[in-house]
Parts: sequence; structure tokens; C-alpha cells
Amino acid sequence: MDLFEYQGKQLFAKYGLAVPSGEVADTPEQAKAAAEAIGGTVVVKAQVQVGGRGKAGGIKLAKDPDEAYAEADNILGMDIKGHVVKRLWIEAASDIKKEYYASVTFDRSAKKPLVMLSAMGGMDIEAVAEEHPEALARLHVDPLVGFQPHHARWLIYHADIDEPAQKGVLDALTKAYEAFIGLEATLIEINPLIWTADDRVVALDAKVSIDNNALYRHPDLEALKESVTDDEQERMAHERGVTYVKLDGDVGIMGNGAGIVMSSLDVVALAGGRPANFLDAGGGSNAEAVATALEVLLSDPKVKSLMINIFGGITRCDEVAEGLLTALDKLGATLPIVVRLDGTAAEAGRAIIAERAPANVVVEPTMLSAAKRAVELAKEAS
Amino acid sequence: MSILVDENTKLVVQGVTGREGQFHTLRNRAYGTNVVAGVTPGKAGQDVEGIPVFNTVRDAVEATGANTSMIFVPPRFATDAIYESLDAGIDLTIAITEGIPAHDMMRVYTHLQRSNQRLLGPNCPGAISPGKATVGIMPTDVFTPGRVGIVSRSGTLTYQISKEIGDLGIGQSTVVGIGGDPIVGSSFIDTLQMFEADPETDLVVMVGEIGGDEEEKAGEFIAANMKTPVVGYIAGFQAPPGKQMGHAGAIITGSSGTAQGKKDALEALGVRVGTNPTEVAEIVADTLK
Repeated sequence: MDLFEYQGKQLFAKYGLAVPSGEVADTPEQAKAAAEAIGGTVVVKAQVQVGGRGKAGGIKLAKDPDEAYAEADNILGMDIKGHVVKRLWIEAASDIKKEYYASVTFDRSAKKPLVMLSAMGGMDIEAVAEEHPEALARLHVDPLVGFQPHHARWLIYHADIDEPAQKGVLDALTKAYEAFIGLEATLIEINPLIWTADDRVVALDAKVSIDNNALYRHPDLEALKESVTDDEQERMAHERGVTYVKLDGDVGIMGNGAGIVMSSLDVVALAGGRPANFLDAGGGSNAEAVATALEVLLSDPKVKSLMINIFGGITRCDEVAEGLLTALDKLGATLPIVVRLDGTAAEAGRAIIAERAPANVVVEPTMLSAAKRAVELAKEAS
Repeated sequence: MSILVDENTKLVVQGVTGREGQFHTLRNRAYGTNVVAGVTPGKAGQDVEGIPVFNTVRDAVEATGANTSMIFVPPRFATDAIYESLDAGIDLTIAITEGIPAHDMMRVYTHLQRSNQRLLGPNCPGAISPGKATVGIMPTDVFTPGRVGIVSRSGTLTYQISKEIGDLGIGQSTVVGIGGDPIVGSSFIDTLQMFEADPETDLVVMVGEIGGDEEEKAGEFIAANMKTPVVGYIAGFQAPPGKQMGHAGAIITGSSGTAQGKKDALEALGVRVGTNPTEVAEIVADTLK
């Protein structure tokens, strides 16, 4: 789960990591009130999860509350690379002497936390790593030992951090690692981490991702989940416990198991179509699971045809077929549905569909033929 | 021969009295796996259709000589269950549980490197050596004894590919699901190494997916160390960056971990990669000719 900047900064503050004082605003009036409360020059920042906010005009300085109102009015509702701005973060402007980069990431290749520090902050760190690899100090941490002060010192010396800022950076790295562990994050990225005119070290941005599997231990973070999902089908799927990802095509896809669904998307694309989604109805797909999954798929107006791809293992194809009939009865869907059943009780499942399914449901024998058929039907329907 | 599970497997099941645990334990036994014990804290002295239940894995090992454990406990207890199995000296721990936090797995993995024990999973369907033994949740009907090894991050895709090669008359030596989490106990390389050493495996199918760089690392291992031919498959060409595709580990981060990147890397190292499960089966048949 990726958090918004303001959520990350609020969590940083809990871990004692210095951030500029700030407030959330959803309206120009709130932005004005926040600017009054903070005092002095403020920064009005669009809260969207996409890079390049500044260039797109989503980050503006405001010298007084009236300017904050005007900038907020301008930024709210703005479309930044497909993300509509619904919320702002208003914070005290900082007097920057220099911008650094700091991060703690979950390095799945090394299977350890990776702490990175650079004196070249404020820019795309992948570009820094590419063009100036020596400017990016990297250190893996043994998760059973933890991040020690000597790790921080090594990073600071190797990243060439300015002497007056060293103590502040050491503190920031230590707190960032504590936040990484405490929040069970997969990413804590501070870009830039700034050295201010009055020699403080402050996190000016916050990129935080949390491991979904750990949310049960963090009910306060679980509560943030609602605010980070804004797609209707994704929200619906989340409420129903269905694994769903929206894509931009028109062939709806459902299957049992992450691998076979990913493969189904690929096969639809190979057949010249465009998948509308990823939907895994789960390993033990029973009638109810099929009905729930179909409800999510059918609520998306973009979907022109469906491909249902089931490989029965523990899942029985006859139960899937029954579930499909029940769901269609309830939902009354008329769009073309292509079903491919294989594995456990596949013949019984196909027989159920052949005998009792409405005319818009067709059975295909293989994954490839089902994908081709679903793509053709989507084209005919659009 | 075969790898990981066979007629020498003596299985203890952690979480044997739960609904899923019991269901799959009995299925494994019905297939021929030697299930010697179950563990559920507080239920020592009971039995599950004749399988004795113990309070701890150590008790089960002392009483039965169990050498393999299968973990079926819910995610919040599963990390502890893995450590318990390792501490009891179990050679091979197979964790079926999905949803173990990644930070727990970083620590488990680091601990695991200090021993010679193996962990398969978590979030895996287990392993089967057709005709000999199965440990896990795989549908056994799909597999037939033969000489092709399969190693995969996905369960259902493995069944699909096994069936496709089965339809061409080709069976399997061992089928291994290594799991769909970002950190798993056994990598593609660990498993390929075992297949390479198995005289009864003539070819290996490696089924990968988006996320991480284990397929790329495996490609280098194959090029440098394997005489046994390997056929690849990668799922997730249509996956958008930053979205988790079902498996916790199936996510493209920035520009790394894409299906195209993995396919290109494998092909550059001489591994043939099929574009769909049917084509994979055809390449397998062609290579074995």
C-alpha cells in the first residue's frame, strides 16, 4: 500500500523525524485557514501518487493566506498524469541550503533492508545511480542485527554529507530505519532530505509503502487503505475480499490463481485484445466466490466481453459452473461470456453450461481458443 | 530418484487439526505420502484419522522421526511455526500459508542461511513426485510419473503446464512450487541445482512471473552450471507497474521485474521461453526429441 505524502509525513513525525509543520486541506477555505495557522510563507502541495507534481504545477509557494486560497483553488481538481487532485498538504516553506537523498528499502534481491544516502538529492535517484554511482552510498543491513550508528557514519562519509549537517543526517537515518521496521514498510524514501539555512535536517518529501501482509498488526495503517483506493471497482473488490486490478481494455478476465490469471491477460493480448482487469477468484473458488467476482466485473461499463478461465484442482469445475449460473440469474448479464473449464470435474462443468446456461455463455476447450473468442466478441460488441 | 519429496519423506503437519490442514493432510496420505504426525498446541494425545497429534514439533520428531514438515497455520502464527520447525531440526519445511509479512520473512531467510535446512514457500502449493509422494495442496490427478522437472512461482499455472505436457504423453519427476511471495525460502536456483543433480530429470520447466530478479539470476545459473535443458515461461506481460498481481511478489517496481525484461534476459542466455502454456509444452516435446 502506497501512502500519500501527508500520511507519510504524519507518520515520520511520530517517529521523531523532523518535517515542516503542515495541515491537510480539501478546500480553498481550509487551505487559507491552514496558512493562517502555520504563519508566513507556505507551500501548497497536491496530494497525488505520481512523480513530477512540481513540473505539472501541483506545488506552489504562497506568501499569505489569500495567495494560499488562490493556489489551492487552482490546484484542487487539477489532473496530474491521470490523477485528479482531491487533497492538498499546506506546509511551512523551508529555507534550503542543500538537498540530500535518503531511503530505506526492502531489497528483495538481497532479502535484506537497503539503506541509501546521497548528497545529490532532489532529483530522480535512478538517474543519479546511473550517471553518478559513486554519489550514492548503499549499505545492506542484517535484519537480525539492525541499523547501528556505525552504519549511519559509513553512509554519511561515503555520501560526502556536509559537516554541519552530519549529526542531523545521522539522526534522520536512524529514525527512518526505525520507521521502516516499526511500520513494516517496504519503502521509506525522503527526497529531498534538506539541510536548512539554520542547520537543521528536515524531510521535505515522504514516500512510504507498507507491506499489505503486515497490515493486520497495524490497524491504524489499515484504516488509511480506504483513502488510497479511488477506483470504484477496486474499492468494491477490496470490500468483498476479491483480488482485482483495473486495466484499460475491454475484455473482462477472471480465473482461479494469480499465475493463471496473469497468463490469461497475456493470452488475450496475444490474440489481439486488451484485458480490462486482473481478477483472481481464489484457489477454493466456490459458487459464491464466482458470483462475487462476476459482480465486480459486470459493474465496469468498459467491459464488452468476459473470459472465465478455470483450471480445477481443489476447485471443482462443476461448482464453478453452478456458481456462474446462479450469478447470471441474479445479475441478469447479457454481455458475451466465454468459459474455459479444465481439470477436476471439467466435463460435468461443461455439461451444466451446455444444458442450462443462457445463449450469451459459450464454452471453449482451451485457454488460447477462449481468449481468441472473447477478443472477437468484444470487438463485435464495440 | 526425484527431489525434495519421495518414499523417504516422513511428514509432520503443523496445523493438522484445522479444516484446511486436515483436508490436505488426508489427501496427501491417500496419495501415498508417509504422514507420521500432526502438531497442534494443546491437542497432544488426539489423532486425526489415526495420525497422532503432538503439542510441539520437537515432540513429534522425537516420537516419529519426522524429517519434513508442512505448515498450515494462519499467517499470524506461521512465522513462529517456521522457526519451530527449523529449531526441531526438520530437514525440509514446506510453508503453504499465504500472507506472512515480508519483514518476518527477511528475518526467517537470514536465520535459514545459517543452517543446511531447506524451506519451501511460504505461499506455495508444495511439491509432488508423481507416484511417490505429495506434500501440499496440488491436485494430484494432473501429474504422471516421468522425467520432466517443473519449478514455479505459481500453483494453477503449474497445473496448467503439467496438464499440457501430460497431454503430449510427458510425465514429471518432481513438481515444485517455490511460492509467490517476495521472499521465499528456496529460489529457482536452489531448485534447479537439485534437478541438475537428479539423474532421473531430463529437462526442467521454469515458470516465472513479474517481480524481483530471481528469473534473471536463474538464467545466469543455467548458462554457467546446467547440462539439463531448461524451458522457460513468464507470466505478466500485461501487468502495469506498481500493482500487485495477486501474489505479494508479483509486482513491477519502477522499471525492474517486467516480464519482457525476464524473457529477454533468459533468451539472451540461451533459454527458450514459450509465450503461452501450450507453446511451452510444444517446446518441451521438441527439446526432448
